[in-house]
Amino acid sequence: MAEAESISLAIVGSGGAGALTAGNLLLEAATRAGWHGLLSRTVGPQIRGGEAAALIRLATEPVECLADRFDLLIGIDWLNANRFGAEIDVGPQSLVISDPRGGDLPAIVARAAPRMAEVPIKEMAKAIPEGRPNMIAVGLAAGLLRLSEDVLTSVVEKQLADKGRQAIDASNAGLRAGIEAATRLDLGLNLATPKPRNARRWLASGNEMTGLGAIRGGIRFAAAYPITPASDILEWLAPGLAKVGGALFQAEDELAAINMIIGASYGGVPALTATSGPGLSLMTEALGLATAAEIPIVVIDVMRAGPSTGIPTKSEQADLNVAVYGMHGDAPHIVVAPQSIPDCLFTTQWAIHLAEALQAPALVLSDQFIGQSVAAIDRPAEASFVGRRATASQQNGSYKRYELTASGVSPMAIPGMNGGQYTADGLTHNERGTPTSSDNDHRVQLDKRRSKLERFDYGSDWLTREGDGELAIVTWGSLTGAAREAVAQLRDRGLAVRLIAPRLLSPVQPELFNAALDGVKHILVVEQSHGGQFYRFLRAHYGLPGAVRAVHRPGPLPIRPSEIVRAAMQWMH
Amino acid sequence: MTAIETHVTCKPGDYKSDVMPIWCPGCGDYHVLMSFTRAFAKLGLRPENTVVVSGIGCSSRIPAYMTCYGFHGIHGRSLALATGLKVARPDLTVVVASGDGDGYSIGGNHFIQACRRNIDMTYVVMDNRVYGMTKGQPSPTTEPDFDTALSPGGTGLRPFHPLVIALASGANFVARAFSGEPNETADILVEAVRHPGFSFVEILSPCVTFRPDQREWKTKVHPAPVAATSDPARAARRIMTDDGMNIGILYRGDRRPYESKIGAKTVELAKLEEDFAL
Repeated sequence: MAEAESISLAIVGSGGAGALTAGNLLLEAATRAGWHGLLSRTVGPQIRGGEAAALIRLATEPVECLADRFDLLIGIDWLNANRFGAEIDVGPQSLVISDPRGGDLPAIVARAAPRMAEVPIKEMAKAIPEGRPNMIAVGLAAGLLRLSEDVLTSVVEKQLADKGRQAIDASNAGLRAGIEAATRLDLGLNLATPKPRNARRWLASGNEMTGLGAIRGGIRFAAAYPITPASDILEWLAPGLAKVGGALFQAEDELAAINMIIGASYGGVPALTATSGPGLSLMTEALGLATAAEIPIVVIDVMRAGPSTGIPTKSEQADLNVAVYGMHGDAPHIVVAPQSIPDCLFTTQWAIHLAEALQAPALVLSDQFIGQSVAAIDRPAEASFVGRRATASQQNGSYKRYELTASGVSPMAIPGMNGGQYTADGLTHNERGTPTSSDNDHRVQLDKRRSKLERFDYGSDWLTREGDGELAIVTWGSLTGAAREAVAQLRDRGLAVRLIAPRLLSPVQPELFNAALDGVKHILVVEQSHGGQFYRFLRAHYGLPGAVRAVHRPGPLPIRPSEIVRAAMQWMH
Repeated sequence: MTAIETHVTCKPGDYKSDVMPIWCPGCGDYHVLMSFTRAFAKLGLRPENTVVVSGIGCSSRIPAYMTCYGFHGIHGRSLALATGLKVARPDLTVVVASGDGDGYSIGGNHFIQACRRNIDMTYVVMDNRVYGMTKGQPSPTTEPDFDTALSPGGTGLRPFHPLVIALASGANFVARAFSGEPNETADILVEAVRHPGFSFVEILSPCVTFRPDQREWKTKVHPAPVAATSDPARAARRIMTDDGMNIGILYRGDRRPYESKIGAKTVELAKLEEDFAL
């Protein structure tokens, strides 16, 4: 049987079928058995009911994106599965397990003419008191992947601990029935033996890593309004912050949320909010206030498909424009984007460091894909920085809050410090902070706020560059994982390719970006936005050498490595 | 964060900065500023431990005219900003200044939610029933027949009752004051700051430029005929049925204020990571 470094499977079911629970069980069991993995969920807009699919990829190496094709598809039932059939690409070699009473196979799956196997999943579940079809599906997958039953049952014991003995016993019986049924099936693939590891592995979503990054970075106050797909960050942070002496406050709307964190940060407590596109739009006025009054704040935007309400449960990279250019006036600020699930931790912590050091708002552009996917990862290393704000100390003379300095950063007085009293203001102000409409004060303070961002040393973390080829795949954010895999495939086909992905989007770094592109003859820009926002952003700010092409299309279907490989191969041959 | 004791301020003049107000001559807000400085002196507030937060409008200019810490934020959001500040820094005294447009129109929802939360702060709305800074448009407290360029012939809309909204939403202290009586207003502000929880003070503060008719307020206001009640329903009925010119403390509640738990650390950061480790 062929040995594979990576196997992809999907479990599909209508609402309540438990496809996502099944996915979580499988991922945890595979992780405990030593593999790496990624679980991406796809759900409809319904709160209960509707369709759901768990998309899982297991591998011997860390997984950052879904594979091009699914090796195994298990349909607990096919009700409504047509709605996301396009997300589950199967081929002639794929094995599709179908319940004869589970409804019609989605047309898109049938057209691929995969290898089919019929298993009476529902009937088998009914034969077990309190039996659930999703556990039969887990058993089928586990049997085909040769996952140990002992590991699986220990995961069931843990994940279903609060459901009671009877539910656990029923689940284990379901697992065994599924594993037994799998002995009569053939996946045709064997997942290669996991590599030895030296530390306990983590299972985490990007949103959880964002939360942990916030706390590691020193955030002790958060205020936010619930919004999909960012609410998971808030729900992790609410108890998390309380445990470390911080607080999360649910605001009445996003306008309040961002003003609350500005108030907290003015009071000296590092503060953050998390939202998605519609909330970010509401926050842009206050982002300008934080820029003008030089109050450090961090705003996490877990991007979803837009504009307007868009597709709340699906990913897109189309908030770049509003993040970089959304404010009225000239309002220089920081925009960064995490490149993987563990990088959500690093980049959030880095954003806090930048915001605090530069006394400016920092936006973090995460997205639904890395935000809500769960991966088996190694424990992210401790970052070497923690947000540190230059604060003013006891003054005798008259304190100038916005004093012109070499770095452009002025020591900030924190309420409680005698002699530092000043009024923070969104009005144009002079060095003392007093409102003014003088042309000189206006220009001098605009210069100050721009120059402090320009003069800062962002270090090597600002950009990911891998390789030296003459073809550069230039991407950003959560697409970095898929692009990295595409680069590897292109190298296997003999192309010299380099991967470029800026983690820092704003302020732009023209000289450093030029250096990263040194020797490049072809640039393929890859992004998930209908209008090519990243491509236009690069064109506006950077001199791109050689020929440039762009792969840009909207969500909700994730861009897979093969799409990038195909575009590059067509161009290069 | 510990404040360094240097001196005890108790003269009203010590709270007044050298920034010249932009208000029109005769504006009621000059007197409100005077009431603020007198009240702060009576309370013995340390300027470095006191923050005056505001939004946008004539009344919202007040922070820069004082020597405390201040935040002149954006239109309508002063209460939200003050909420974050007070939750993060419960040791500070927070006073929020607003106007009828800033506080009741663009900031209306924050007003309701701030009353509900009952965080220990004082909210002062200088009500002149007009947008002064943008030159004379109607606000939520403007009379229905007030003729303006933006609403010729008047809005035809009923003005709303901020004090009743405050009571219905859970404010813990409700009072009405008149800017033309700075000593009495200062006394009300002292009580408002001292009262635990969310205190709301409406100050009738005439706009002599766009509402010259409000010069007559000084002959119309009168002390509230009965003492403050602790029954919100009774207070609301009185306010709904009075002539809007009753001055004094109208309601003193006993709801428990919001308690900030900030700083109460229970676990080390490393403990949080156990959520993820298998």
